[in-house]
Amino acid sequence: MSRISRRFAALREQNRTALIPYVTAGDPNPGITVGLMHAMVEAGADIIELGVPFSDPMADGPVIQRASERALAHNVSLRDVLSMVREFRAGDDDTPVILMGYLNPVEIMGYPAFAEAAADAGVDGLLTVDIPPEEAGELLAALRPKDIDPIFLLAPTSSPGRIQRICDAASGFVYYVSVKGITGSSSLDVEGVAAKLAEVRRATGLPIGVGFGIKDPDSARAVARIADAVIVGSALVNRIERLADEPEAIAPALAGQLAAMRLAMDQG
Amino acid sequence: MPTNDQIRFSEMPDAHGHFGPYGGMFVAETLMEPLDELRQAYEKYLGDEVFLTELDADLAHYVGRPSPVYHAERLSREIGGAQIYLKREDLNHTGAHKVNNTIGQALLAKRMGKTRIIAETGAGQHGVATATVAARLGLECVVYMGSVDMARQEANVYRMRLLGARVVGVTSGSKTLKDALNEAMRDWVTNIDDTFYIIGTVAGPHPYPAMVRDFQAVIGREARQQMQHQAGGLPDALVACVGGGSNAIGLFYPFLDDREVAIYGVEAAGSGLETGSHAAPLCAGRPGVLHGNRTYLMEDENGQIIETHSVSAGLDYPGVGPEHAWLKDVGRARYVAVTDDEALAAFHTLTRTEGIIPALESSHALAYAFKLAPTMAREQSILVNLSGRGDKDMHTVAAIEGIEI
Repeated sequence: MSRISRRFAALREQNRTALIPYVTAGDPNPGITVGLMHAMVEAGADIIELGVPFSDPMADGPVIQRASERALAHNVSLRDVLSMVREFRAGDDDTPVILMGYLNPVEIMGYPAFAEAAADAGVDGLLTVDIPPEEAGELLAALRPKDIDPIFLLAPTSSPGRIQRICDAASGFVYYVSVKGITGSSSLDVEGVAAKLAEVRRATGLPIGVGFGIKDPDSARAVARIADAVIVGSALVNRIERLADEPEAIAPALAGQLAAMRLAMDQG
Repeated sequence: MPTNDQIRFSEMPDAHGHFGPYGGMFVAETLMEPLDELRQAYEKYLGDEVFLTELDADLAHYVGRPSPVYHAERLSREIGGAQIYLKREDLNHTGAHKVNNTIGQALLAKRMGKTRIIAETGAGQHGVATATVAARLGLECVVYMGSVDMARQEANVYRMRLLGARVVGVTSGSKTLKDALNEAMRDWVTNIDDTFYIIGTVAGPHPYPAMVRDFQAVIGREARQQMQHQAGGLPDALVACVGGGSNAIGLFYPFLDDREVAIYGVEAAGSGLETGSHAAPLCAGRPGVLHGNRTYLMEDENGQIIETHSVSAGLDYPGVGPEHAWLKDVGRARYVAVTDDEALAAFHTLTRTEGIIPALESSHALAYAFKLAPTMAREQSILVNLSGRGDKDMHTVAAIEGIEI
């Protein structure tokens, strides 16, 4: 059983919903990331989603675009991100880490080489925004023997047929994008999400994470009632941006945000 | 991989939009169903007599097709060697080949009940062509354009605004065409219900590379007949500039199964391929995934897309249509590159010898034709796609020569 599956199984026993924070690796500088990951775990993060910076983040809003630009100003590469995960693993062997990003940096490394290096560093899952299952055959074949879970997105526009196909290709969990839009969107229609999640649950027994549009304890609590994982990104990255000039304040600030969300989710 | 002579090029791409290992659909999940709806609409209407009749009528009476093929005799004498013919896409309404595609996609948008049109643009030609058809059909139109490109193509920005389009400057990344494309994709994914995204080149996710090609293939279909009529046979060589590659594939496609016709795509070598400051992914890049398809890209060793340079904004793009990537690999077309300086020299040569001012994009094709012609016999012929006219480039050319206008 993968680290991700073990973590969801443990949470289910405690009747808790997973809290998954996203930060871009190397934002605002590469030195901060590993410490920030540990601080987020301490504040209640169950799984870490670590963004791999990319020059052309088509599915991201301005907040995460700028995070990528800040990291790329330090030339943070996929190999650098893997080193950060390896360093994190030295102090935390339990918390699953998922890399989130775009296909091209993985493609240029080569799928088998990436899978080998990622597994070796202690990566548990890969979410590449721009690869639907139709194109993912070779990538899946490389990830599977290394026990790296392929995380796929489901969207409000996904038809029943696509939902089934995506769930069949995924492992670990599936990621439901709560809005038609890019990361950092403002509106979240919890009832609409709930209806779609019911449809997804008919297609799979995998846990379902919900992301895009969750920004505070209230929206985290609302989504925690219907999902197995709450994914929060832009709200955290936005705070990093505002503190970019005083990086030592970032970990405490994000820990505070996550602790408040964790509390709201656990109180239900 | 099958060899060149086993492939039936007219049957590409496959059902999933693949040209060999290239093309495909590399997009976020939210776009997969809308792309499938688009594919179905496109397949339906490309076989629909009423739609095609309307499209042909618009191409004839609004665009001014067929565009002439012109035998540039004085130019041919000056250059020496093969006879140079020009396919005059510069004479189209709006001044370039771009409108062939925007007319087709806008008619498709109407059929699909979409009320809002978005587009990306580099030099502004595709933006103008999109704003033009949106004005004519009464559709809301938003054009994304890199802020760097807006500064160097001011006249086209004004033109789009006159036509009623909202031009949105894009300040992320390198602030050029690729970033405009990213921003248009973000708009599309957010406004998917009422919005039709008119991509201007043969890149992007399936069905765009095939659909844009099919709308642009009118260039090659006409040229094939015109050359037989005017020159007594098919040309010995085709030459077209390649940024994303829509004018080139439009010319090439109807000739792909004519193996005796040599095909040359000309990329922008900018300051020179050896300087790294260029926009020539086929000549000096490598395969990767960007903007919904797998193709040759300008990228660094970590897979980050790198900034490109060309004097011509319309060629200043780090990717290229996947069909070109495939034609390169199987050897059916040859891809070469010419520098800014060579293109500028060709710009002046055509202007002075024939009284035709070409776009800087098309000047790249001319520059290569000028190298090719002297290696061929006088009885042979080269057909160059003169994809656009140079009016939009007056400021750029004047500035390079130190003249203020």
